Amino acid sequence: MNCRSEVLEVSVEGRQIEEAMLAVLHTILLHRSTGKFHYKKEGTYSIGTVGTQDVDCDFIDFTYVRVSSEELDRALRKAVGEFKDALRNSGGDGMGQISLEFYQKKKSRWPFSDECIPWEVWTVRVNVVSLANEQERQICREKVGEKLCEKVINIVEVMNRHEYLPKMPTQSEVDNVFDTGLKDVQPYLYKISYQITDSLGTSVTTTMRRLIKDTLAL
Amino acid sequence: MDTDLSSQDRKDLDKFIKFFALKTVQVIVQARLGEKICTRSSSSPTGSDWFNLAIKDIPEVTHEAKKALAGQLPAVGRSMCVEISLKTSEGDSMELEIWCLEMNEKCDKEIKVSYTVYNRLSLLLKSLLAITRVTPAYRLSRKQGHEYVILYRIYFGEVQLSGLGEGFQTVRVGTVGTPVGTITLSCAYRINLAFMSTRTTAEDNAAVYPSVEDSQEVCTTSFSTSPPSQCVFTVTQAHFQTPLPVVTDTLKVPMMGLGFSHQLSSSRLSYQPAALGVGSADMGYPVVFAGGLNAAHPHQLIVPGKEGGVPLVPSQPPHAAQADQERMAMCTPLDGAHYSAATPSSSEDTETVSNSSEAKSGSPHDILETIFVRKVGAFVNKPINQVTMANLDIPFAMFSPKNIELEDNDPMVNPPDSPETESPLLGSLHSEGSSGNSTGNTHDDFVMVDFKPAFSKDDILPMDLGTFYREFQNPPQLSSLSIDIGAQSMAEDLDSLPEKLAVHEKNVKEFDAFVETLQ
Repeated sequence: MNCRSEVLEVSVEGRQIEEAMLAVLHTILLHRSTGKFHYKKEGTYSIGTVGTQDVDCDFIDFTYVRVSSEELDRALRKAVGEFKDALRNSGGDGMGQISLEFYQKKKSRWPFSDECIPWEVWTVRVNVVSLANEQERQICREKVGEKLCEKVINIVEVMNRHEYLPKMPTQSEVDNVFDTGLKDVQPYLYKISYQITDSLGTSVTTTMRRLIKDTLAL
Repeated sequence: MDTDLSSQDRKDLDKFIKFFALKTVQVIVQARLGEKICTRSSSSPTGSDWFNLAIKDIPEVTHEAKKALAGQLPAVGRSMCVEISLKTSEGDSMELEIWCLEMNEKCDKEIKVSYTVYNRLSLLLKSLLAITRVTPAYRLSRKQGHEYVILYRIYFGEVQLSGLGEGFQTVRVGTVGTPVGTITLSCAYRINLAFMSTRTTAEDNAAVYPSVEDSQEVCTTSFSTSPPSQCVFTVTQAHFQTPLPVVTDTLKVPMMGLGFSHQLSSSRLSYQPAALGVGSADMGYPVVFAGGLNAAHPHQLIVPGKEGGVPLVPSQPPHAAQADQERMAMCTPLDGAHYSAATPSSSEDTETVSNSSEAKSGSPHDILETIFVRKVGAFVNKPINQVTMANLDIPFAMFSPKNIELEDNDPMVNPPDSPETESPLLGSLHSEGSSGNSTGNTHDDFVMVDFKPAFSKDDILPMDLGTFYREFQNPPQLSSLSIDIGAQSMAEDLDSLPEKLAVHEKNVKEFDAFVETLQ
């Protein structure tokens, strides 16, 4: 099947990078996470409950909702932190992109390793600006807040199309579709990667594997 | 249309839609409480969390919603709407948003009810959670408390968008197709936030609020997490018209269920002695906030009654289009049954000042005025003087020698009981010029806004950064800038001019040589 791809673009100041990225990624994962599955004998399953919480941003006039899962939050913060560091250290004109890819695993026979087939990729392109004074920063706070509101509306619009979603798996297949490593929620399998564009326009790719569990070993 | 759907599926679908509607209302109202919401995930299903989402149920909200629905479900032409509006401490109100849950005729027969529809409804609720934080009213609701509160109203029937002003925008949260129709959830929100005075008239509200005498008390305040200040206002034009209007025993009583906002509100309510208001003597309740102009019509803060859980519904809602409509303010219930009026919080709270009413003298609706709370500075003299000087249309009037003028007339100068601070807006707005202000009552035209300097703690302490800033915002002018001294030195300069000229004429040749070197 085709993988659908969505691209979002934001321009932020250096200290807003993390919060902006977290806001977007959490909003996406809110929609792409369910409660933990508990399979019963008859092949049916029950689903746990997903809690949510509001997060206020310190550097942006914005509040976003994320699932109440500390593990998931930590994983995202780690990824975003690395992205931010890479962006800051690149020295270039401060452009990069972070991608959140949802995939399914397809088991292959030995000796081939499992395939990861993406079914949805979200890319956030970031342009870092530097501001001269406090007044500009204040304006930037509000502007970026408004932009993020638009992004959330865009994300919700895409989610609402009810396009392809992996079928609900049987118990044996659940790890091919969902990340079952978290203790309180169950997002679809995902991986986060990022790219920094240096000033010459060439991209230096740094890929990060799944942060929660590395299950690609044979 | 229904023949394809088994009766079990039909029942399930109806149940899903009903609970979806109830949860939708909960999400929307909770998002406008002014607080951050946090619920926990639970890996073991409790069985009571609809749509696998942890959304708390505030009992009175559920009750309101059920009442509005009256056993029906959203259908074509019958939408469930949640109206979010803002009401200022002066009584002006404005609709901010209308959230609509609608059903249209487009059916999706193939879809599986118990599985796909359910999951999609869950997804839609998640989208609603996200979208409710993104519309402009969210930020307004987070800042409510001092000058305004957010109210909600649920109604069922035709969607009424006329109150949103011109150019309102719509955002669609999402749709879910079902075998009986497509459920659509959307929000229409106001763009034009310019205030129009929409104060409720006596007639509208006569039946809405209870009379003072009745032992039922209703709190029309709203949830707010802003720093201590008094809560809202009002009501009671009842006193204005007839002595004691009949209580509508249908008014809402703030519920105990609102546990999280309980404590906050009780500490914030301040008590005004009955002496402030004429006619309050016969009141059994503390009178709060007497607006200056209408000292005769004090506004009461109605307080929760003892019947926890008994909601009251206004019998004549303002928009009388639908029988099911109700006006309900989100209440911050106070602890227990009694409103303990003598909250000492007034020491830190703002005080009502009557000058605000002067600005509203033009309003025909004297009745429903609320407290205009204004913080008055302890060192109010200096700024006021400068202010009054600026009112004169003399350029650089600020620099003319100070005169203590109009002090007695200026109500803001009347020393308040507690040291409080004046809004810096006042000083800065006036000092910027007198254009447009020729009345001398300029200070009344401005809305007091709290001044919260960055990085300073809340204005609980008598002297803090905010106070300091305000106090020294308009320092006395330098003596060297005063006209007298200026005039003196000017005279001296003029006298010494002839001598200087003579000296320069002698050295003409030197100057010429110098000029040539420059070329």
